[in-house]
Amino acid sequence: MTETTIPIARGGRPSAWRKVGEVLVSSPLVMLAALVLAVIVLASLLAPWIVPHDPGRLSPGLRLRPPDATYWLGTDAFGRDLFSRIVMGGRISLAVGIGAAIVAVAAGLILGLLAGYVRWLDAVLMRFVDGLMAIPNILLAIAIVALWGAGLMTVLIAITIPEIPRVVRLVRSVVLSAREEPYVEAAIAAGSSSWLIMRRHLLPNTVAPLIVQGTYICASAILVEAILSFLGAGINPETPSWGNIMAEGRLFFQINPGIILWPGLVVSVTILSINLLGDAVRDALDPRMAKRGIER
Amino acid sequence: MSAPVLDIRALRIALDGRADMELVKGLDLTIQPGETMCLVGESGSGKSISALAVMGLLPKVLQVTGGEMHLLGEPIHKASVQRLRKLRTTAMSMIFQEPMTALNPVARVGRQIDEVLEAHSKLGPRARKRQVLEMMEAVHLPEVERIYRSYPHQLSGGQRQRIMIAMALIMRPQLLIADEPTTALDVTTQAQILSLIRELREKQGTAVLFITHDMGVVADIADNVTVLKLGEVMEAQPTEQLLRHPRTDYTRELLQAVPSHVPRPPRADSAAPVVLRTEKLNKVYVEGGWLSKGRETHAAKDVTLSLCKGRTLGIVGESGSGKSTVARCIMRLIDPSSGVIEIGGTDIATLPPRELKPHRRKFQIVFQDPMRSLNPRIEVGESIIEGPLNFGTPRKKALERARELMTLVGLPASAVDRFPHQFSGGQRQRIAIARALAMDPEVLVADEAVSALDVSVQAQVLRLMADLQEKLGLGILFITHDLGVAAQICDDVIVMQRGLVVEYGPAGQVLSTPQHPYTKALIEAAPGRHWDFAHFRPFPESREDA
Repeated sequence: MTETTIPIARGGRPSAWRKVGEVLVSSPLVMLAALVLAVIVLASLLAPWIVPHDPGRLSPGLRLRPPDATYWLGTDAFGRDLFSRIVMGGRISLAVGIGAAIVAVAAGLILGLLAGYVRWLDAVLMRFVDGLMAIPNILLAIAIVALWGAGLMTVLIAITIPEIPRVVRLVRSVVLSAREEPYVEAAIAAGSSSWLIMRRHLLPNTVAPLIVQGTYICASAILVEAILSFLGAGINPETPSWGNIMAEGRLFFQINPGIILWPGLVVSVTILSINLLGDAVRDALDPRMAKRGIER
Repeated sequence: MSAPVLDIRALRIALDGRADMELVKGLDLTIQPGETMCLVGESGSGKSISALAVMGLLPKVLQVTGGEMHLLGEPIHKASVQRLRKLRTTAMSMIFQEPMTALNPVARVGRQIDEVLEAHSKLGPRARKRQVLEMMEAVHLPEVERIYRSYPHQLSGGQRQRIMIAMALIMRPQLLIADEPTTALDVTTQAQILSLIRELREKQGTAVLFITHDMGVVADIADNVTVLKLGEVMEAQPTEQLLRHPRTDYTRELLQAVPSHVPRPPRADSAAPVVLRTEKLNKVYVEGGWLSKGRETHAAKDVTLSLCKGRTLGIVGESGSGKSTVARCIMRLIDPSSGVIEIGGTDIATLPPRELKPHRRKFQIVFQDPMRSLNPRIEVGESIIEGPLNFGTPRKKALERARELMTLVGLPASAVDRFPHQFSGGQRQRIAIARALAMDPEVLVADEAVSALDVSVQAQVLRLMADLQEKLGLGILFITHDLGVAAQICDDVIVMQRGLVVEYGPAGQVLSTPQHPYTKALIEAAPGRHWDFAHFRPFPESREDA
């Protein structure tokens, strides 16, 4: 009746993870970033077992010691071991970073899908989101902490909420363009419910950009947590976090600048690594954004 | 005879330079001054990348792995990057398919043409502007002073393509490469651009390398033709010779697949029941805000049509005619502003979603773009059974039916668990048809369903649709811009222009003895309408007077 032979291409498409893996291997810089991050995450996870000293033990006799063989990075104003505190502080900072990324992406995904697909909700939701975006992140976070008091949970919420609008905008824009695709219209013509269309045809389109956005949120949350703690609006000072350590070092900068410089360095390196990884993931999942060129 | 403008010998291009990934396998081509050479082929034939190779604009992943290219006697396959940049626009120029994306949207078009002159000549601003305006007049742009100051979005598609041509020819190159320059344009505009290219070639003596997939265009414009298939030259002949006496089977098939503009013999009138009827269907778009009175656009105005079981009704028209609007209203993908849409006796025009759902089974749609009409992330079988599952068919039974349908549309049943990217465009369109049939519809809406396909594949899909109609008694609403396709498949034809139905009647009558001037203009503009491709001869003179 029709074509006699029907050659159909074989072989599946490379999975997202494999593509990410290829980008990792292809760039030494990205590889280094991944390695650094792995070390930091591992150290934070295992912190209680690997720290050389109890990060909370006060030793008034050992205040502000310079680095030596016992106290690798010296001690702070209360005689606590700086190195141990930085390793321990990674737990809070990373928890806040990863926690904020997950919660913001999840909340933003739901709101973005609704805004993008349910037209009448869009106007209401987006005006609210626009309003939220108009307030500076840090101010909003400080306000929330001031309202509910400091604590890991409050800080997490305070950091997450300002991140949500950007995720909503991102998801909404992806959904708005995907809903025009003929395969979505075919699903409408097939009588599929809005829920099915969102879950099956729209949601998968948002995964790649969300993974990328998630890494940026993670980096930014770590930074905001450090800023909040530095300003004294963060987690209570006994619990070491990178921001807390820096905040306490403020007064003693001239005696032992390491109290600010070392945690600052760790924060910078962590954020740089996360961002590099995020860019690599984006290049892998969205080749259009990656470098391309014409020989000329 | 003087030296050829372009001489290509045994050109080979390969992906990543790999011998097993060759896309062009030894292209030979010679163009004399003032000659128009058509490079014809279906997708994947290597025609566009051959042109890019001449221009030195191949993407990095593609490399020239063999052969020689001489432009006016100069070996450009050895030319440096700087030399090629100099040659582009001064000795050779290229125009592309999509005139919107080829122009900078945020710069005035006159300035964009001027830029070329500025880069390649030593003229002062005044002299340059005079020359630009002269060139714009030469490509028959109206009110050149005004258009000089316009931005691309303020111009029509045809005007933009004229700007591209002006830009390409301002340095008087001896070679113009035109890569499907009229494919994105309406037929009436296409006819104007083709005659412009012909005229400029005669006046300026420019040689033209014209790339196209459309045999009609070939018949209208080419002196000589080179036919490519999967990177290999099938044959090269003077146009008339090729159309009359094709040497290879491939060319013969290619010519026979061109839909003829002579309507097929009418089928006997049937007393079959009406499956789809619209009455005074309107779609009005209102621009503007809450406070100001918005500007109204009538995308479809008082469209009344009816389609019987087992028949095909075509809606033809150019872009903006409202033909797709009508299809989308009928599918209730957009809500009509007013009017009646009766499917199987029920008016569905205003039904709310919940009440509409049970009726959705009865009307299904096949879209234009085979690359986008299947969700790339799920197996095609899953796409096919989505509808039946929504209506409570058990999964196992639905999958079984999907396998049957795959066979019905000419694909192996086992392919249900493949992903869309594993299929060609024509195969995907078959799958889209299978998906529509899975609902056992009474009405199938085909919205430009074969427009994106190669002509041989197009012929196969059209044959498939006719077969299925025969077997299943489908009523088909066929939206197309291609009068040839309409002539081959439709029983009745509606011609639309700017939202209005200007002519409606049996296909034979509308397409052979059109009454409305717009229909006449459309038929007049169709490329290659003087050629009876399937019989390798021009239509007898007598027919044209009719």
